[in-house]
Amino acid sequence: MAGVLAILEQRDGVLKKVSYEVVTAARSLADRLGTGVDAIGIGPMALDATGATKFGADEVVILADDRARLYQPHLYVRAVLERAKTKDYRAVLLSATALGRDLGPRLAARLGCPLAADVTEIVADEGIVVARPVYAGKAVYRLKVTAPRCVISIRPNSLTPVEQPRTATLQHAVIGLDREGPVARTAAMKAPAEAKLDVAEAPIVVSGGRGLKDPANFKLLEELARALGPAAVGASRAVVDAGWRAHGDQVGQTGKTVSPSLYFAIGISGAIQHLAGMRTAKVIVAINKDKDAPIFKVADYGIVGDLFEILPRLTQEIEKVKAGA
Amino acid sequence: MCIKRVPDTETRIKIAADGRSIDESGVKFVLNPYDEYAVEEALRRKEAVGSGEVVVIALGSDAAQETIRTALAMGADRGVLLKTDQRVHDPLVIARALVAELEGGGHDLILFGKLAIDDSSHAIGPMVAELLGLPCVSAVARLAVSDGKGTAEREVEGGVEVVEFPLPAVLTADKGLNEPRYPALKGIMAAKKKPLEVKPVSVEVGGLEVLELVLPPERKPGRIVGEGPEAVPALIQALRTEAKVL
Repeated sequence: MAGVLAILEQRDGVLKKVSYEVVTAARSLADRLGTGVDAIGIGPMALDATGATKFGADEVVILADDRARLYQPHLYVRAVLERAKTKDYRAVLLSATALGRDLGPRLAARLGCPLAADVTEIVADEGIVVARPVYAGKAVYRLKVTAPRCVISIRPNSLTPVEQPRTATLQHAVIGLDREGPVARTAAMKAPAEAKLDVAEAPIVVSGGRGLKDPANFKLLEELARALGPAAVGASRAVVDAGWRAHGDQVGQTGKTVSPSLYFAIGISGAIQHLAGMRTAKVIVAINKDKDAPIFKVADYGIVGDLFEILPRLTQEIEKVKAGA
Repeated sequence: MCIKRVPDTETRIKIAADGRSIDESGVKFVLNPYDEYAVEEALRRKEAVGSGEVVVIALGSDAAQETIRTALAMGADRGVLLKTDQRVHDPLVIARALVAELEGGGHDLILFGKLAIDDSSHAIGPMVAELLGLPCVSAVARLAVSDGKGTAEREVEGGVEVVEFPLPAVLTADKGLNEPRYPALKGIMAAKKKPLEVKPVSVEVGGLEVLELVLPPERKPGRIVGEGPEAVPALIQALRTEAKVL
């Protein structure tokens, strides 16, 4: 068995932070297995994948073609399979993003191997053991990979990229662009009018629930998020179901699972299914008028009171801190 | 339509005595919420075309018959239970068992929920598609189908991908695709008479072995820093000096 393959993810030719997380995980797994790390980057002509070497890739394969500017599943599958034919990888790693959640199972099916999806930890002891949160984080499986190879998708933000530069070789390859038979093609990427950070990727998330009373009041959260720096506004299931916020913003068991460094739960009582989606945040702050709300049981810091009085003050104080820093 | 029986989202999870699975006593099981969107979409396709058949397939124990009946009560025509009591953790094993049933079925659309809320592998749809050699779009939030082809939108980080595909195809449904109907009493009564075929299947063990299932570490108890806006400076102080996140 030779090596660990890390699949890089890009947007507009620039590697995303999750790519460095994946290479970091691949490096640490490869070290314990006593093998090397290859990284593969697929994207437009302008793709710059050299950053992967900083985080420990020994070899970087770049497949740059403007037809791969957007995620085209069949191109990615083909590129990775062709690479995997030349080397029998022990593990193929990618991030459990929208792309990785689509690509990972396709690769596992075509490689005929198990997929360990959305793992938060990889332990190589005797063989490979992964931790997989299930029931939206209410429990965690420790699974041993008994197959000779596997595909592992890693939950974004679950590990910190570590720089360990290598003098890696960069190798440019060509993607075979045709595939027999019918395929789904990504025709366009619609970006929102205002570039928006995704709750699953944001380092800070400010979430609101029914306590906000009216959809228009989410502007208080938008203001707080703006003051905090790169931050996303999330929402509880109740307000998404009520049509106040988009489903893409929902944090919880039927929404997104987030692990930001700082999470604000504002006017959210803390139903089990919501707690499941945010309990791995590093620091949780809750603001609620009900001192017995379950959210205070998981929060590191809480303020009891009227959020409409507290939020403007909080935003103001954070602006002051940021201005002084 | 491939569906799954899962614990309700409000379930408090307890670990069973074997340390490798959940204690199912007192747990309420439901049709996987994302599968409801898939069932609804299948029914709407049939209604739009005015003909066709909606088949519901589930893999699992006998208890999953009840879940299939829920989909039949919503309006699906018939059900198939691929019956096994084995717990499978390797999604490829499940995908292969479904493919054996789906192959040669002549389906125009094969629909799944984007993930099952219990094991959240979000894997089976794309795996089945690759094994069958069919086009696939996962996590579909908006869909238009006509004249043997379709356009789907999927929400990704920082945008929405617009994907075009020919039929037949595999799609997995995200929340927001539609508003699933509630089974009416009439539907529930009718569902009892609809055909539900039980086919025992033997599944492989697969390449993932459960060492243990554990509860996540408890969070360290936090504290209420105060009441009302006057507590804001104390919070800022704690975030800066203790938590060091500001």
